[in-house]
Amino acid sequence: MKARVTVTLKNGVLDPQGKAIEGSLGSLGFEGVEGIRQGKVFDLELADRSEAQAKADIEAMCEQLLANTVIENYSIELL
Amino acid sequence: MKSAVILFPGSNRDRDMIKALEQISGQPVATVWHTETELPEADLYVLPGGFSYGDYLRSGAIAARSHIMPALKTAADQGRHVLGVCNGFQMLTEAGLLPGALMRNASLHFVCKEVMLETTSTNSAFTSHMEKGKVWRCPVAHHDGNYFADAETLKELEGEGRVAFRYADGTNPNGSINDIAGITNAKGNVLGMMPHPENLIEDLHGGVEGRALFESVMQSLAA
Repeated sequence: MKARVTVTLKNGVLDPQGKAIEGSLGSLGFEGVEGIRQGKVFDLELADRSEAQAKADIEAMCEQLLANTVIENYSIELL
Repeated sequence: MKSAVILFPGSNRDRDMIKALEQISGQPVATVWHTETELPEADLYVLPGGFSYGDYLRSGAIAARSHIMPALKTAADQGRHVLGVCNGFQMLTEAGLLPGALMRNASLHFVCKEVMLETTSTNSAFTSHMEKGKVWRCPVAHHDGNYFADAETLKELEGEGRVAFRYADGTNPNGSINDIAGITNAKGNVLGMMPHPENLIEDLHGGVEGRALFESVMQSLAA
């Protein structure tokens, strides 16, 4: 089974990379971009298990490694 | 003072640290590979600078979950002294031994230069024999040194005198909140800092300002 984890910076955490990307889009002539936050996506392939088990397992992975919950939020999507 | 340096794939300031510890303590320094699960007896354990695991995922994140880490946490709980410099500081925050996180430098640039540091607290063994308020120069070399912590954590750190070092004279190289360059845990036996005191140890380095920190630990242990 497949799953996707999306990790994003929490509100209030500065994102200098997002700011730089925003500036670069502006210099390419894209107008009206009012903010960009850079995040990460992880595509997981898991041996089969129940959906509930998969969610619980991936949540543990996020808490322990995939996200730094001091600065990042995560969301889990089973595909 | 007996000391040990923990090595990871991608550590690159380990030899500088070992040399500094040998010179100052006058004793051989143990090294520990990250796959070990037990630490040798020591008063001070050091996580050196470098780019462990190529900074994959987040700086220090993979190293912070390596086999040796539970032993290091136990040692810290038992009151042994733990110092993390640069990548070592990143590992300590990732491992939960220190609060907060080290983010990409605000400038987005890798910075390699000398900064001025103020010793802002002498609450821990690392600084108790240093001069409070003294401003000294120290090299930095990092891409992710922008310290961040939420408002509540910051209040705790500031209120409890746990900000050991601050960038001074407008030399904050990374956008770190409150100019924070180094912090200690609540007990004061774990210090993480971005600058490299191990690189100002002998005259050939162009200065010996970094010695004071290591000498402070030694004097505290002897006391």
